[in-house]
Amino acid sequence: MTKFIDLTLSGISDGAVYAAVALALVLIWRATRIVNFAQGAMLMITTFIASAVINAGASYVVGFIVALATGLIFGAVVERVLIRPVEDKPPLNAVIVTLGLYTLLVAVAGMIWGNQPRAFPAAFSLQGYKVGGTTLLFAPNDTFIVVVVVVVAILLALLFRRTTLGLQMRAAAFAPEVARLLGARVGRMFTLGWALAAVAGSIAGVLVAPSVFLGPNNFDPILISGFVAAVLGGLDSPPGAVIGGIVLGLALSYVSGYEGSALAPLAALVILVIVLMVRPGGLFSVARERRV
Amino acid sequence: MLAVDGLVTEYGPVRAVDGVSIEVPEGSVTAVLGANGAGKTSLLRTISGLIRPTAGTVTFAGEDITSLPVEEIVRRGLAHVPEGRGVIGELTVAENLRLGGLWRRAGAAPVEEIYELFPRLEERRGQPASRLSGGERQMLSIGRALMARPRALLLDEPSLGLAPRLVAQIMGMVRRLADSFGLAVLLVEQNARSALSIADRGVVLSLGRVVADQESSALAADERLRHAYLGF
Repeated sequence: MTKFIDLTLSGISDGAVYAAVALALVLIWRATRIVNFAQGAMLMITTFIASAVINAGASYVVGFIVALATGLIFGAVVERVLIRPVEDKPPLNAVIVTLGLYTLLVAVAGMIWGNQPRAFPAAFSLQGYKVGGTTLLFAPNDTFIVVVVVVVAILLALLFRRTTLGLQMRAAAFAPEVARLLGARVGRMFTLGWALAAVAGSIAGVLVAPSVFLGPNNFDPILISGFVAAVLGGLDSPPGAVIGGIVLGLALSYVSGYEGSALAPLAALVILVIVLMVRPGGLFSVARERRV
Repeated sequence: MLAVDGLVTEYGPVRAVDGVSIEVPEGSVTAVLGANGAGKTSLLRTISGLIRPTAGTVTFAGEDITSLPVEEIVRRGLAHVPEGRGVIGELTVAENLRLGGLWRRAGAAPVEEIYELFPRLEERRGQPASRLSGGERQMLSIGRALMARPRALLLDEPSLGLAPRLVAQIMGMVRRLADSFGLAVLLVEQNARSALSIADRGVVLSLGRVVADQESSALAADERLRHAYLGF
C-alpha cells in the first residue's frame, strides 16, 4: 500500500512535467497545425541558459525567470524566421524544419556547453516528506512542480476563455481566414502561440532538469512522454494535455514500480500505439461536426 | 461609399476578374449576379484584400484601400461575410459575436442590438456555433459583421442552401440594413431573382467581365439577358 501511494505521488509529479511539455506541443499544434519536434531541444537550450545564469551567481528565481523570458523570445523568433515560410506548405516541410532545428540545437548546445550532463539545482528540497516514520517518494520540490504546472494551466485557460486576446488566438487557430476578415492579426496570434508554447516548454525544462540532469540529449525522453500525453489528451485541447500528462505519469510510474523501470519507455510507446488505434482523436475528444 | 475601378485579379494564367468597375453608394444594395465561376467570389475577396489584384483600384470612403492588408480594411469599416457562412463552429454564438466587435469603430453596436435584430441568436448564445442550423448560421455571420458597425457590407451568397422562406427573410433583412443604417451593400448571389427583388442595381458578371450594369428592375425585365446569364 505504501508502495502504491509512493508510485501514485511520484507519478503525479512526473505527469505534471509531461503535462507542461504536452501543453507546449498542443499550443503549437492549435496555432499552426505543426508538431514541434524541436520542442525538447528548445527547452534544453533555455534550461542551459538558466543554468548559466544560476552558475554566474544569480538566484534560482532569476534563473527561472530568464528561462521563461528566453523561451518567449526563442519561440517567437523560431515561428517568424523558420516556421512562417513553411506554414502554408505541405505538412512534411514543417516536420523536416523542426527535425532540422532539433539536430542543430542539440549540436550547438554540445559545442557550447559540452556533452557531459551536469547537475541543475532544484527549487526546494528533494528529500521526501516524512509521514509517521516513513519517507514518501514525494518531496517539497515535487509539490513545487505540481503547483507551477497547475498555475500555468489555469493561466492558459483564463487567457483562452476570458480575454479577447485568447479569443482571437482561438479564432485564428480554428479559422484563420475568417479571423482575418474580422480584423484579427492572425500572423501575430501564430507567433504568440509559439512563444507561449516555448514558455511552457521552458518551465518543463527547469522543473525536470534536477532529476534528469542537464545535457544536450537528456530531455529527449521527456519530449516523447510529452508527445504521448498530448496525443492522449487529443493534441488539440490544453485541458486534455494536462490530464493526459497526469494519466501518463501515473501509468509509467506504476509500470516502472511494479514491472521494472526499463519497461517505462516501452509502456509509453505502447500507450501511444493503443490510443492511436482505438481513439485517434484522444481520450477526451468530443465528436466534432465538420463542415462539408 | 465603395468604388471598384478596372479591377483585374489573376490566379496564375487564369483571369478571374477582368476589368470590373462597380460603384456602391451609401444606403444602397448592389447585386452581383452570374453563374458559377463568373468571378463573383473572387471579386469580393479582392475587394476585402484576401487576394491582391494585378490591376485596378478599390476606393472606400474616399480612400484608396487597394494595397492595404485585410485587417486594416476591416478596421476601416468594410465587413466581408464569406461564402459558406463563415461562422467558427468551435466557438459559441456569443464568442463569434464578440469576435466581430473587437474592432468596432467608435459608438458601435452593443451585442444587445444584434440580439434584437436576430432573437434566435440570443436564445442560443451559449451554444457552439456548429450546432446552429443553416439559417441561424447565416444570421450569425451577418450579425457578427454588424458588430463592428461597418459602413459597407460584402455578402457572399447568403441564400446558399437555405429554404426559400429563409432566403426571403435574409433578403428583407439586408434591405432594411441598407435603409436604416445607411450601409453600402455589395451582394453576390446566384439566386438572381431574390437578389434583384431587393437590390437597387444589378451587375451581371460572365467569365470575369461585366456584361450588364443596370437598375435592378430593368435587369429583371430584360428577358434576353435573363435567359443568357441568369437562368430564369
